[in-house]
Amino acid sequence: MTATTAPVKLKKIAPKTPPGPLEYLRRWPLQLWLVLVGLFLYIPLITLMIFSFNDSKRNIVWQGFTLKYYDKALHNDSLITAFGNSMTIALCSTIISVIIGAMAAIVLWRFRFVGKTAFNAGLAIPIVVPEICMGVGMLVFFAKVLPWPHDLPWPLDLGNIIIAHVSFSFPFVAVVVRARLGSFNRELEEAAKDLGASEFRALMDVVIPHIQPSLIAGGLLAFTLSLDDFVITFFTAGPDTVTFPVKVYSMVRFSVTPEVNAASTILIVVTVLLTFLALKFQGSSALTAGHGADDK
Amino acid sequence: MEQSWRQAKSIFLTMISAPLFWLVFFFFLPLGIVWLYSFGENRGLIDIAFTGTWANYAHALDDPYPGIFWKSAWIAALTTFLCLVVGFPVALAITFAPEKAKSWLLLAVMLPFWTNLLIRTYALIAVLRTEGYVNMTYHWLFDMTNKVLGGSLGDFTPLALLHNNFAVVFGLVFVNLPFMILPLYSTLDRMDRSLLEASLDLGAGHIGTLFNVVVPLAGAGIMSGILITFIPALGSYLTPDLLGGPDSQMIANVIESQFKRANNWPFGAALSFILVYLTFIGIALQGIIERKDKGRAA
Amino acid sequence: MSGNPIISFENITKRFGKTTAVDNVSLTINEGEFFSLLGPSGCGKTTLLRMLAGFEMPTEGRILIDGKDVSTVPPNQRPVNMVFQSYAVFPHMTVLDNVAYGLKMDGVGAAERRERAEEALKLVQLAGYGVRKPDQLSGGQRQRVALARALVKKPRVLLLDEPLSALDAKLRDQMRSELTSLQQKVGITFIMVTHDQDEALAMATRCAVMNRGLLQQVATPSDLYEFPNSRFVADFIGSVNMFEGTLDVDAKDHAIINTQEMGPVYLDHGVTGPEKGTVWAAVRPEKIELHKRTDTPPKVDDAPEGYNVAAGVVKHMVYLGSETNYEIEIAGGRLIKVVRPNLTRWDQEDFELGEQVWISFHACSPAVLLS
Repeated sequence: MTATTAPVKLKKIAPKTPPGPLEYLRRWPLQLWLVLVGLFLYIPLITLMIFSFNDSKRNIVWQGFTLKYYDKALHNDSLITAFGNSMTIALCSTIISVIIGAMAAIVLWRFRFVGKTAFNAGLAIPIVVPEICMGVGMLVFFAKVLPWPHDLPWPLDLGNIIIAHVSFSFPFVAVVVRARLGSFNRELEEAAKDLGASEFRALMDVVIPHIQPSLIAGGLLAFTLSLDDFVITFFTAGPDTVTFPVKVYSMVRFSVTPEVNAASTILIVVTVLLTFLALKFQGSSALTAGHGADDK
Repeated sequence: MEQSWRQAKSIFLTMISAPLFWLVFFFFLPLGIVWLYSFGENRGLIDIAFTGTWANYAHALDDPYPGIFWKSAWIAALTTFLCLVVGFPVALAITFAPEKAKSWLLLAVMLPFWTNLLIRTYALIAVLRTEGYVNMTYHWLFDMTNKVLGGSLGDFTPLALLHNNFAVVFGLVFVNLPFMILPLYSTLDRMDRSLLEASLDLGAGHIGTLFNVVVPLAGAGIMSGILITFIPALGSYLTPDLLGGPDSQMIANVIESQFKRANNWPFGAALSFILVYLTFIGIALQGIIERKDKGRAA
Repeated sequence: MSGNPIISFENITKRFGKTTAVDNVSLTINEGEFFSLLGPSGCGKTTLLRMLAGFEMPTEGRILIDGKDVSTVPPNQRPVNMVFQSYAVFPHMTVLDNVAYGLKMDGVGAAERRERAEEALKLVQLAGYGVRKPDQLSGGQRQRVALARALVKKPRVLLLDEPLSALDAKLRDQMRSELTSLQQKVGITFIMVTHDQDEALAMATRCAVMNRGLLQQVATPSDLYEFPNSRFVADFIGSVNMFEGTLDVDAKDHAIINTQEMGPVYLDHGVTGPEKGTVWAAVRPEKIELHKRTDTPPKVDDAPEGYNVAAGVVKHMVYLGSETNYEIEIAGGRLIKVVRPNLTRWDQEDFELGEQVWISFHACSPAVLLS
């Protein structure tokens, strides 16, 4: 369906005029290329979603519409527990990441201090280190340095995973917030101080409101990163705690079932909603926020 | 511009303590221990003694590990190259798209990127497996042709699309393509459009402009796109694990088995840190290229 | 000077989405002209230039170069070259490589390329700068590189997009005269886009004034100034006192416009305007005379007594050395701009702030505008 809608939409932009030399989007080879890439990126996801409604266990031929796999997935206790764990972890690690990340960004933006370059570089390392290495680090850390007790009450029983997730999320938040701080007019803060605000009050009254959109965007980024993570969780988690990706992983290893399709579809919908939320709060810059970090 | 930390000591110390503590205690300490382990030896079932030995690194040179490193690098390089070839025209089209179409196209590129990696990989399994959609379509086409040709094609044999190296590369391209498109787009977007127009105005065609002006100027951005794609591809675990066959193991899978199955932590730690070193070398290389680039522009 | 038509815009319209940037413009430019497209920002002048260069495609109409329709010809195959507003000098190439780039694209051999590029650099007084990188040049020098790069291809037409806007005031004056002498030297048709009327008047042999996508007037600089065809042109080029009125008398050899602020304005020529309709009389400040206040108003020698004269008070004055600008308030509160040259060293002391004066102008001075 992408194939048919895309070119039609593009034609509407300017009906008759031939394309200008740099209007690459209006040249058919590129349009065709875009459509093919679009199909490549979307066909697997869309078929997965469609077939979660297919009334057939093994057969991939369409047998009729059903919601029974959603029903099944929603009554699968271990899946529900895993989903709940994932949400709890994502929520907690997001809150901590936003606070710590914002603090790091403000410190880097605001102060001159010995070791600033080192601190800045240190914050970038969690972003670039391969996931598997970080996962291994967490495995060793929670095995040898800080063995996590099994019998803690909720949500502390998920504490080790939350800690691991914060470690890779908060540098991303710091980058997003730091970018936003770049557009802050320092005279506003000076004006607040001139009018009698203390250092702390000026920060809370002027700086924090300015960076609010980036806090939300950074938070959404941290939330998605946490929900998305499999490798680090897989290494950090003990045998008793199962998150959604870890659960899906074990189900997938076993076989492809419509139940997994249904659960995946739910998560895709959640992601899409989150993306649109991020867009609403920070415009299209939110889209590239995570990537901007990698770019540095 | 910036304030010396001494001017607001208490606020500075409060603000830096939490991130610094977290970074040191929950990131550098774990990695540091792994690093120490890479110079250690197994003693008994659970104890590891730090002996300062290079044996683990030496062990990484034994068969089959160099081959696995080589293969991982090769797969990551191929993935990066394919992403570049597929992604560059897309980035170009997005850059010069009208404002409205631009944000929709960016969204279209980003949406899969924000979707859970495991789900995307799983979706590929459903497409590629023997009873998957590709083979189903192929089977149907095969049967139709066979009917027309009166059965001269013989029996249908499904394409082996899953559990092999092809599947791994296909999956890695599928997963990493947005990583490549975004930095390419952001470099191209920053480029002064009149430079391209000047080149066209002076008689260069589109291809000439691409190689004479766009590529030299976007060099740093292309490099960072390559790096951003290559590093995660090199360390990927999930894709080769789920899509690969028995001979598609990459470094990350070996590391995982050393830690979770073979229980040889020191060796796993050494392998992990070889991966980290490779990453840093890549970043350093890119930094050098970028500095050279900046020196030219400044 | 100007020869055969070289460029023709035929009913060119360009729309971007819902906005019309260029609206049904027809215009012919002749060989050897230094032609200027003049107008406020957003008037469509740059779009017109970019359509000529091939960067934008006209929505409607045709563009002819040497009689050939080039409307859909890509920019790299058009015999025109452009000097960009930002100069667009390739930062990764040396000055010489920049200048030789166009020749390389045309398949000119290396030796000839080098020779011609060095010649072009000499033409713009940058001989010996070939090995430098653009970042080692000043803004003015970079512009010369852009000029040399375009001229070396010997285009039929050279396009200049706001060539002086990025230079500082002193360099701008110098480049003005250099560009005109360069144009005379190479004999190539120049088309320059600018929003600066001084620039256009000083450099161009002919100007087209545009406003909101429409072509307002095409004329020589002096005709634009002395014979504007609309209130927009009169106001945009230089400064002007505009009086709205009705055309009361429109005879063969004279006309009278009844204005509210200046009373009846006498003209020494017929107008052929709409009888009793609304027209505007535009008088340039330097064409208004100041007189000491006497009991009888001064008589203008080419108009009957009592016409083209008003009593006023000096409200503001700005001494500018060569001349003094006055603002005279007349009955009804209207401020009239008057520019008076300081012909002697004591001239500026003739009038004082608050002084009662007469103002007058000749019957041949007002330009009559119908729109």
